[in-house]
Amino acid sequence: MSVLELHGIHKLFGDNHVLKGVDLEIDSHEVVVVIGASGSGKSTLMRTINLIERVDDGRILLSGDDITDPAVDVDKVRARIGVVFQHFNLFPHMRVIDNVTLAARKVHGTDPEVARDRAIGLLEKFGLGEKVRDFPDRLSGGQQQRVAIVRAIMTDPELLLLDEITSALDPMLVGEVLDLVRDLKAQGSTMLMATHEMSFARSVADRIVFMHSGRPLEVGPPEQIFGDPQRPETREFLARVTHR
Amino acid sequence: MTDRTAGTDVEAWQPSELELDRRLQRRRASRRSVLVALVSTAVFAGVVGWTVLTSPGWENVQQTFFDPGIAAKSFPKILEGLWLNIRVLFFATIAVAVVATLLAVMRSLRGPVWFPLRALATGYTDLFRGLPVLIVLYLVGFGIPALNPEDRVPVALLGTIGISLCYSAYVAEVLRAGMEAVHPSQRIAARSLGLSHAKTLRLVVIPQALRKVVPALMNDFVSMQKDVGLISVLGAVDAVRAAQIVQAQTYNFTPYVVAGLMFVALSFPMIRLTDAVSARMAKREQMGGTV
Repeated sequence: MSVLELHGIHKLFGDNHVLKGVDLEIDSHEVVVVIGASGSGKSTLMRTINLIERVDDGRILLSGDDITDPAVDVDKVRARIGVVFQHFNLFPHMRVIDNVTLAARKVHGTDPEVARDRAIGLLEKFGLGEKVRDFPDRLSGGQQQRVAIVRAIMTDPELLLLDEITSALDPMLVGEVLDLVRDLKAQGSTMLMATHEMSFARSVADRIVFMHSGRPLEVGPPEQIFGDPQRPETREFLARVTHR
Repeated sequence: MTDRTAGTDVEAWQPSELELDRRLQRRRASRRSVLVALVSTAVFAGVVGWTVLTSPGWENVQQTFFDPGIAAKSFPKILEGLWLNIRVLFFATIAVAVVATLLAVMRSLRGPVWFPLRALATGYTDLFRGLPVLIVLYLVGFGIPALNPEDRVPVALLGTIGISLCYSAYVAEVLRAGMEAVHPSQRIAARSLGLSHAKTLRLVVIPQALRKVVPALMNDFVSMQKDVGLISVLGAVDAVRAAQIVQAQTYNFTPYVVAGLMFVALSFPMIRLTDAVSARMAKREQMGGTV
């Protein structure tokens, strides 16, 4: 069953037509990686799914529910989707544990003790057990991003949106974050991910979406997109990013 | 795993001749500037003191403003008055905290539905930041009782209301500036977790905004500490009024000096604390921390 269905999504910022009719389906447990140049609409696509940006046309279904319906409760929809940002966006005034448990306590009404136990379990699992009581500014970029991922998966979202989550990291720290994403895939998380890490995209993705001027120009398994791209734009983009 | 632990093998490093020479030069330079500062301060104080003490009216001024006997006599009464100021300050602070937060939140609401609230809050802050405190006190102190002459409203309460009305406007603007200084990505992160607008404000935006504006808020508090002395114009027997009463009996202005010193003593701890907090925050900022 499809976790996410996009039907003819359009988005304009003034005269700037950023998304020009995007159709896409993501099945349960599927990892879809969006690649494309800056400005091709990757981030905007993520933000429309999360209802941070309102679509100008088309429909988005989350597990069959039309979340572009004006009557829908946006807070309830957002609570079903986990998001990880390029710049982590941890709350600097809260300790790691409070960052991670915030949504469980304040949105889902989970018992604080239960939320705490689950959070500590997740943090320990991802090598952050010693950072539970620290404030985010005491952590390295990689650690902050891993905390941000734990915060996003804490409430078992139906869909995880990862928006260039390694772009702001020191190259030394990218690996630890990507390893965590691999773990999530192994657990069966459904993910939509925008990234510039091509080798990672190739190894983790079930499907690659190549975005070009607001459209998914080419969609297919990584072997096809990277090995035998059909469109000249795809070939040109890949040549540029992989320096071939 | 990525902790960069500094090498523990501290080599026996000794500063070079070059560095030792530089340190010596810096020490010499700082000794010289301290000496210059001391001498110039002493000269300045001497000139001011000499000018005042040798002026023809000094005897008179000394008797009228610095009479130890009258100071001692008026002290207990003025201190009693100051207790009223402190109580007014206490309740006004609470009122300002509540009203200013509401105003700041109202002004930060987006969308056409909230236009009336937003306009109300904007109008309020525009009005009360422009009105002199004294005029507000007169209007509240004599206007509200006139509405219902049967009821006797205590003047101290009216004074508290007047002070709160004015300072709420200032503090609301400070809070709003703080809220706008919180990066939008923080709101987006909070909303993405499913937090409502209200919860985002309460749990994410306002706590960070407060941290940013603590020095400014403390500064407003210091300012309010002295402005509570203005309630004397309504007839409340506070420190200023108590001083005025003694002054009227003795034709001597010493009580005002006593009251003034009391207000300074009252605000002094807060002023020092404000400086300390600002310095600490500046230091953190340099370290790159934001918490």
